[in-house]
Amino acid sequence: MSKSVNGSDRIVGPSPHIASSATCTGIMLWVVAALTPAALWAVVNMGLVAVQLLVVTIGVALGTEWAVNSISRKPQTLLDGSALVTGLLLAMSLPPRTPWWMAAIGAFVAIWLGKLLFGGLGHNLFNPALVGRAFVTLSWGGVLAGVQNRGWFATLADVSAEGLDTVSGATRLAVAAADRAASGGYGFDLAAQYQPLLLKNLEGSLGEISAGLLILGGLVLIVKGIIDWRIPAGYIGTMGLVSWAFGSDPIFHVLAGGVMLGAFFMATDYVSSPMSKKGRLIYGIGCGLFNALGRFIGPMPESTTFAILFMNGLAPLIDRLTRPRVFGVVKTDA
Amino acid sequence: MGRSVFAGGVHPPGHKESTAGSPVQWAPVPARLVVPLSQHLGAPCAPVVGKGDRVERGQVIGDVDAMVSAPIHSPVAGTVAEIGTTLVAGGQRVAAVIIEPDEVQDLASFVPIEASDDPRACVRAAGVVGMGGATFPSTVKLTPPKGMAIDTVILNGCECEPFLTCDHRLMLEEPERVVAGAVRIREMIGAKRVIIALEDNKPDAAAALRAAAADGIEVTELPTRYPQGAEKQLIYALLKKEVPHGKLPAATGALVHNVATAVAIADALESGKPLTERIVTVTGAVARPGNYRVVIGTLVSDLIEHAGGLVGEVERVISGGPMTGMALGSLEVPITKGSSGIVALPKGMAAPAISDDQPCIRCGRCPAVCPMGLEPYILATYAGKRMWDAAAERNVIDCIECGACSYVCPTKRPLLQLIRVGKSAAMSKGAK
Repeated sequence: MSKSVNGSDRIVGPSPHIASSATCTGIMLWVVAALTPAALWAVVNMGLVAVQLLVVTIGVALGTEWAVNSISRKPQTLLDGSALVTGLLLAMSLPPRTPWWMAAIGAFVAIWLGKLLFGGLGHNLFNPALVGRAFVTLSWGGVLAGVQNRGWFATLADVSAEGLDTVSGATRLAVAAADRAASGGYGFDLAAQYQPLLLKNLEGSLGEISAGLLILGGLVLIVKGIIDWRIPAGYIGTMGLVSWAFGSDPIFHVLAGGVMLGAFFMATDYVSSPMSKKGRLIYGIGCGLFNALGRFIGPMPESTTFAILFMNGLAPLIDRLTRPRVFGVVKTDA
Repeated sequence: MGRSVFAGGVHPPGHKESTAGSPVQWAPVPARLVVPLSQHLGAPCAPVVGKGDRVERGQVIGDVDAMVSAPIHSPVAGTVAEIGTTLVAGGQRVAAVIIEPDEVQDLASFVPIEASDDPRACVRAAGVVGMGGATFPSTVKLTPPKGMAIDTVILNGCECEPFLTCDHRLMLEEPERVVAGAVRIREMIGAKRVIIALEDNKPDAAAALRAAAADGIEVTELPTRYPQGAEKQLIYALLKKEVPHGKLPAATGALVHNVATAVAIADALESGKPLTERIVTVTGAVARPGNYRVVIGTLVSDLIEHAGGLVGEVERVISGGPMTGMALGSLEVPITKGSSGIVALPKGMAAPAISDDQPCIRCGRCPAVCPMGLEPYILATYAGKRMWDAAAERNVIDCIECGACSYVCPTKRPLLQLIRVGKSAAMSKGAK
């Protein structure tokens, strides 16, 4: 790069001399915009607790990014927008009454362990928000599924005492799983749940309040060319298919739990998903398969987090197996 | 008609509106011409005139006895002021004949080339090279290796680079000359099929060509998508044949020439006219964008002045198109046989200065747009880490340097530049 010799500000550089308007920050802000309707709807319905959760996860995510970069004397990366997305996604994946310190720890783990320890944006093997959520789930799993009574200001002692109370805030999905385990059938009409799940369902995480608004946001990202339709299509399609194969209601199962947030917003994370089109379809199918298997034969009512994290781990292998064919090269499979 | 396509590609904004409607006009002959003696791929020419010599328009001023070369002719009548050197668009300094043109020029006349029964000899004598930008001597291309039968001649009028409209205007204004070029090349090669291909953003040119096309010359419109005009992608789009890895495009039985080259070939064969001028699109941030017929050796600065000068803050001045052209460090470089355009990119439109510390966020855009099916992100990473063998294993040398990967990269990694480094390292290792 050098300035022109004749005194102007002209730049000499290699071709191409024009660039598309796509930027990392722009992409991240589109993801935020696509999540905003669902997040706002959560705030409208849940009020202050949802605001508190969003503020803590986003605040701690941004703060961790800034602090770790500062301490390790790396260039600041707050403006790339990825920490904002991670914080927002983490909030959407948590129940609104998650104790504040739990949300904060989740956000810290997401950014520090999930991303920065790997070398920062672009180097993380796993989706940072899911790493944070997995940490919280594994540490205080019963709490997330159950304790809603004390909520925001619950202490660790409260949590320990009430951790096994899974009744007060159990989701439809947990009830369905319990019913299935008890009788092989369901104690309620799954089809009657479509509408609340799509529009207004006040059980579970912020991201479970309206599957409809998440679908809307996801479609916007597909239309804008920001995410590849193959991942959510493979995911949701397989989820429905396997649910059907297990003799359950496929529509209920794709609308309930973390599927829509996972399929449109978590599994589509660029860094932790495969690069090739074919690879993305395979990966989406894998996410759907393991999510469904986790639900039907796993120990927990929901398994979105671990299904996607598992497929994150397979993404490099999928990339290896789905390399594009080079133009003019005849494939000779050895 | 089915929509012929190739894999990958991008849709940069065309920016062709400001010149697509500008009829070609002669640019004035400047007071001083700088005619480089190397305007083609291959051996540079040696001057055959000396300081103070009188030269006529069309007279040979440089030549060399080499297979891959093309002679250079005086574009004007005038006097040789000096045999010196000049910077050219690529940044190299090459030998040049500097000519002071006579005040009165008759641009309609010229000294014809030496007549010959061998059409290939005529094409060489006229100094015809690929005018799409590659500047490969046309005679060499018209002489396919023994045992390689060419059945299809493709004239490339795609002009897939943004901003450029010189080929568009040529096809629109002189369709019969383009067709004449097609006929001449067909005769020379003995091809069965001739296709004139252009992108579907030039329907007027397509109509003009169809009206002028005679005896079985096909005019095919292809979807507008960069790099539709790249040789391999064009052959694939038209014939659904892939140029095999490591082979010449002729291995598919197809021979591709740019439309302006075809006209130069027809001119050489029909009237003995040497290649001494060309149409140049001068566009972007200039006061009077347009298409100009420019004598070779006109300085870019003269041409920009004729176009009313640069307007506003111009960040890069490109020789050629913005995807594959060269950013000029100095405007005191001459127009050559391969100069299709001069594009002044204003601030905000030019790509940001490259920096190599941007992370790959694995968005998947670059492998999706690579027309060669490569994985640019990984090739660039290997090149950055000097892992030449790994880059070679992933076919780095198949890169056609179209720049689609760098264009789409959201973090603005200098993908193509890194790949070029990897490619040249892999090629020099392979040569050993």
